[in-house]
Amino acid sequence: MDPINFVILACVLFAIGAAAVLVRRNAIIAFMGVELMLNAANLALVAFSRIHGQVDGQVMAFFVMVVAAAEVVVGLAIIIAVFRARQTISLDEPAELKG
Amino acid sequence: MVDTVIFWVIAAITVIPAFSLIFARKAVYVAMSIVLVMVGLAAAYITLDAPFLGVVQIVVYTGAVMMLFLFVLMLVGVDRREDMKETLTGQRWIALFGAGGLGAFLIAMVARVSLPVAEEPLVGEPDVIAGVLFERYVLVMEVLGFLLITAAVGALVLTHVPRLKPRKTQLEVQRDRVRVGADPVNKVFPGVYARHNALDVPALDPQGEPIEQSVSRVLKVRNQTQEGAHFRARLDDPSRAGGSDAEHSGRGLSDPERLDPDRLDPDRPDPEGSDREEGR
Repeated sequence: MDPINFVILACVLFAIGAAAVLVRRNAIIAFMGVELMLNAANLALVAFSRIHGQVDGQVMAFFVMVVAAAEVVVGLAIIIAVFRARQTISLDEPAELKG
Repeated sequence: MVDTVIFWVIAAITVIPAFSLIFARKAVYVAMSIVLVMVGLAAAYITLDAPFLGVVQIVVYTGAVMMLFLFVLMLVGVDRREDMKETLTGQRWIALFGAGGLGAFLIAMVARVSLPVAEEPLVGEPDVIAGVLFERYVLVMEVLGFLLITAAVGALVLTHVPRLKPRKTQLEVQRDRVRVGADPVNKVFPGVYARHNALDVPALDPQGEPIEQSVSRVLKVRNQTQEGAHFRARLDDPSRAGGSDAEHSGRGLSDPERLDPDRLDPDRPDPEGSDREEGR
């Protein structure tokens, strides 16, 4: 099986994640969409690493995982802080600033 | 042939659950589906000669990240309904169209590419990864260490709630209670200890009358209390009225034989208990 098929799979997953970020109002679900996009990028990196026969792409994917873990920690802390302040995690809350 | 089957299985268990991100109503269902997606991606990594990354994917994503998501979901309330009201008209269709267009564009571009696949690839075993990681990318590795520490401290700072008022000491709490006019001491504990040492029976005062407020309010609401009168000392019978003996020993028993003070009597109310109640 040509590893380029996994790159196409990564494209599909990336599009689904992007759609989730754009469509959903729940901040946690939108955040999971971001995670799915990061994982799609990881899959593409690993597939290209396999195509080239080197492990550099895998090391990059490993770095992306570390950064994603840090991002999840801070992002979820922000969601909890917003929830404490406003009792909601809807992403549409700022609409009330509209004139 | 086997590779093709594996690829389609992986594609199925990643793409189909991923659609729950768009269509599932409840956030917990979405989280569990994404766990499945992560497992599928781990299988994909192992298929692509990256076994170390596959294991890390399972440990970090399904083990840590998604469970963290579930914790936060529990914290903010699982049953919170998502409001489906559209703030921007047509935003949902524009978003779906844009994302679909992006996916189609990417797939079209990738499908045009054909790259020569390496015949004997380097397998991403842990020692191979470690060699590259700590030789060529050692500086990046250390910077990532800083990033992780910063993220941990940042999460602590963001979730920290500063105390708005100074903490009340025990003395202040007591003074407040007295100022409001509440009973300054504890309420009487329930239970007639010699007869029924459970919380569902009111305590008896020195006259043998049940103290209703000694029973927990919750038990009263649930109708789980018993009448104190049933367990009360039999103080109202005639032998007790004038009998100094009975009054002294704290018992009021009609049976003359049982007035013997030395005799161990299971029905005798605890004299210490009534003293304590008097003291209050």
